[in-house]
Amino acid sequence: MPHSVTPEPTPGGDSSRTISQATMDPESPDIPMADAPSPAEAETTKVNLEELFNDEDSDAEFGSSAPLIKSEEEPSQPEPIKITSKSTYSDPEIMRAFYQRLFPFRYLFQWLNHSAVPSNDFAHREFAFTLPNDAYLRYQSFPTADMLRRQCIQMLPSRFEIGPVYSTNPRDRKTLRKASAFRPLAKELVFDIDMTDYDDIRTCCTGASICHKCWAFITMAIKVVDVALREDFGFKHIMWVYSGRRGAHAWVCDKRAREMDDAKRRAIAGYLELLKGGDQGGKRVNVRRPLHPHLDRSLNILKEHFQSTILAEQDPWAEDKSAHLLNLLPDPTLRSALQKKWDSSPSRPSASKWSDIDNVAKSGALSKTSRDLLEAKQDIVLEYTYPRLDAEVSKKLNHLLKSPFVVHPGTGRVCVPIDTRKVEQFDPLGVPTVTQLLTEIDEWEDDESEKKVQDWEKTSLKPYVDYFRGFVAGLLKEEKEKSGIKREREENGEAMEF
Amino acid sequence: MIRHDYSRVDPKRRTHIDPKKRQFAKAEFQQQNYEHRLNFYILPPTAEITLEEFETWAINRLKVLSELEACSFRNRSPEETSEYMTSILNKYLPLRSNSSRSQSLQDERKKDHYSHFILRLAFSATEDLRRRFSRLETMLFRLRFKDDDLRERQEFVRSLNLEWEEVKEDEKRELRDELVAASRSKKGEEQDWFKVDWERVPELVEQRKVLLKRGKAYVPQREQMSLVVAEFTKRLDEALELTARALPRLDEDDRLAPILSHLSQSFNAPDAAYSSSDASIDGLSIITANAIDTLSQNFPLCMQNLHMTLRANSHLKHYGRLQYTLFLKGIGLSLEECIVFWRRSFKLMTDDKFQKEYKYNVRHAYGDVGGDANRRGRGYTPYSCQKILTEPVPGPGQAHGCPYRTFTSDNLTSLLQRVGINDRDVLKTVKEDVSKQRYHVACNRVFEHTHKREIKKVKDDGTWSATDLDTIVHPNTYFKRSWLLKHLGEGNAGIVNGEKMEE
Ligand SMILES: [Zn+2]
Repeated sequence: MPHSVTPEPTPGGDSSRTISQATMDPESPDIPMADAPSPAEAETTKVNLEELFNDEDSDAEFGSSAPLIKSEEEPSQPEPIKITSKSTYSDPEIMRAFYQRLFPFRYLFQWLNHSAVPSNDFAHREFAFTLPNDAYLRYQSFPTADMLRRQCIQMLPSRFEIGPVYSTNPRDRKTLRKASAFRPLAKELVFDIDMTDYDDIRTCCTGASICHKCWAFITMAIKVVDVALREDFGFKHIMWVYSGRRGAHAWVCDKRAREMDDAKRRAIAGYLELLKGGDQGGKRVNVRRPLHPHLDRSLNILKEHFQSTILAEQDPWAEDKSAHLLNLLPDPTLRSALQKKWDSSPSRPSASKWSDIDNVAKSGALSKTSRDLLEAKQDIVLEYTYPRLDAEVSKKLNHLLKSPFVVHPGTGRVCVPIDTRKVEQFDPLGVPTVTQLLTEIDEWEDDESEKKVQDWEKTSLKPYVDYFRGFVAGLLKEEKEKSGIKREREENGEAMEF
Repeated sequence: MIRHDYSRVDPKRRTHIDPKKRQFAKAEFQQQNYEHRLNFYILPPTAEITLEEFETWAINRLKVLSELEACSFRNRSPEETSEYMTSILNKYLPLRSNSSRSQSLQDERKKDHYSHFILRLAFSATEDLRRRFSRLETMLFRLRFKDDDLRERQEFVRSLNLEWEEVKEDEKRELRDELVAASRSKKGEEQDWFKVDWERVPELVEQRKVLLKRGKAYVPQREQMSLVVAEFTKRLDEALELTARALPRLDEDDRLAPILSHLSQSFNAPDAAYSSSDASIDGLSIITANAIDTLSQNFPLCMQNLHMTLRANSHLKHYGRLQYTLFLKGIGLSLEECIVFWRRSFKLMTDDKFQKEYKYNVRHAYGDVGGDANRRGRGYTPYSCQKILTEPVPGPGQAHGCPYRTFTSDNLTSLLQRVGINDRDVLKTVKEDVSKQRYHVACNRVFEHTHKREIKKVKDDGTWSATDLDTIVHPNTYFKRSWLLKHLGEGNAGIVNGEKMEE
């Protein structure tokens, strides 16, 4: 088997795991022989069915041929990478250089560990690797940032995901006498917004592609969800991350969020969820009045986007597509008057059709009250702009989510954090690709100052790593203050039993 | 009875019942006095009861919980449930108020108290059982809370010492509009609000029935029930966790262990009852991938919808695939044929992509790969109506779920017409069923309509018994019964029974 996929022995005692041990265990993976290229990958298929079905639609975007791994020795010194026009994102040398020189393992460690000193918050955290041959390796864990880095360099995962902190080390889960001793304890509250959920209303692109016009959907979603999490739920440490192609993830890292059980996660998802029903569901927004303050605030944020993004850019009711708009209006008199008008001039743009509604209503073609009409129009604005969350991702404590800063295998772009203070400026198409970054390192010209410059500082990844570092520092500061208070109380003899 | 310290004890009271003192307390066979009708089940029972009482009381409570579960499955409204449960509660677990001045008050409360703790032991072993038990006990508590005597209820709530911060007048004035909008009260209606950490009222948060500010929920007085119920669930969940950890010690008691394991088995998760014999239908030859188009005439609407969506798009999204694959497995399609079926159905997809991203899922559903060894024999169980009805509703582009529930009225009608149901009366009654959320009634109504002649025949000639024609609660039962009815006289009439399909 290729050298580079051999799992490295770790202090976790994993080196001794053999295939025979695995077969005796009821929880062991059951890869059929034909599919099992090596014992090292026998770990790979402990996947819950629902999760499998869950993930693969939004992520079925890997290149169609998995690259072969060359069995060369890992160079002991990072060498300059030769980027040619033929280099692709998933070339083993590219991925190796990426993990060796660019991936911010140190800050990722601090982020998940909540302190500079290694603790179980990091050591008992599950990582799941997707290997270059698409095998999926769950329940990986690492005592330190360096161990994680070393396994990445050896296995060259095309990406890896982050799961919960468990009650015991995930690698030891099979040796426990009782299955119940292995429980997920904590994980960030996460959100997943993916453009596929907007396919029925976006007109500019289809499928996996995005442009600046449709990215506006994600921008709106981030604004609405972010403010709700902060003002309503009181969370402070929220990081948004570009998913590498056509969506964004949120990681809510406050301790209070990390410790929530599924019922509380479900409650937040439900609070934020508005659109109901599938494609056959007809009108998908039916909210009661008066609007809940969260919806009222959201509507105020979204109104402007409706004018620019929806009416002007997406133009969703052009030509004969106005039928759907008519369906959403409750007033039959108004509907038939509008129908007539639009039949005679079908090429009217959506913005004109939208203002036709009020004009025609004012001219008398309204059988219901103007209040009913206003509310119906608000519902339409919400249907076209309100965030469409993949709520299932948020509801489960043990749901895995792709790590920030990994490379998206389809686009080569790095999953960088999005600075919400400048969310409107974020340009997904301007996010650097891994090959571009490696070229930038090569092109870096030393200014001969004393200071040692990290490789990532030589590239356009720098602002993103800097942002991440600042975010992590803020989180660590608060964790430290909180544990300081706790310690003080304990020293004062106030036992904190519960 | 209870020799195990498995209950979570309120820390403030801990000193009163520290383990050493409890040793002595127990020796007195202490009888507890029940001041209130409602019980948070904080303190474990301390007196002895007979083994027979142990078992009967537990079975009685189990009966009540099962009926409650059936109500939620049949989508009964809270009012319907409460009406239906009245006689069952009176029979198996009566619990009267103080004002009734009944002689048996204390006995009733003792039985309620003890039976709760016995079932707690029986159902704490696995997370599934715990979750189900907690959900049903919460339903029961809510039911009783609602019909409790108002004054006694207030006394009970006060006795709980829940810490609720009242919203002061000036804050109320400042937030007036938002409070009114969030809590759906009428303008001008005088109201009081409590301020609590939002985590204490997840239900109200989920339904956006409260105002949230920086992590605090502003709960109107009238939602007090939610708060109390949430607190009940929270404490029960914590206690169940502790019980689960204490269980191994209990296994040593060989008198109780068999009773407890019997109890938990009779409360088994519904999906676990599915057996492979359900898949075999006499007279139906081995099903191939090619036969599905024809057989789909006998599918229930949910599966026909998936089939038509698949044919129209040459694709189905994940939950739809899962629901449909398991159903096909349930009708007896082999793994090999099922893979062929999906491969051909995804016309637009390359072989490579299919092999990489889809085949594994099909094999997983069949238990060919993945999962633990116990499960692998059969893979996942075909979904019951209950499972399908309680799953998340489909999002954009998804087609899974029960169309009676997920489609708008107009779209449902046109879907029904597409599959050949044009009878106005049937369409109208189905509409009414659906508006009352009686989805399974609607589905059974459609079945009866489309098999009218055949049902009459088997009833008239007595070849099928009444149980053969029981309400359908599983898509695979629907198929099996439909297929057999449509193939009467081909030497298979009456063989529908076999093993009863799981509900
Ligand atoms: Zn676009």
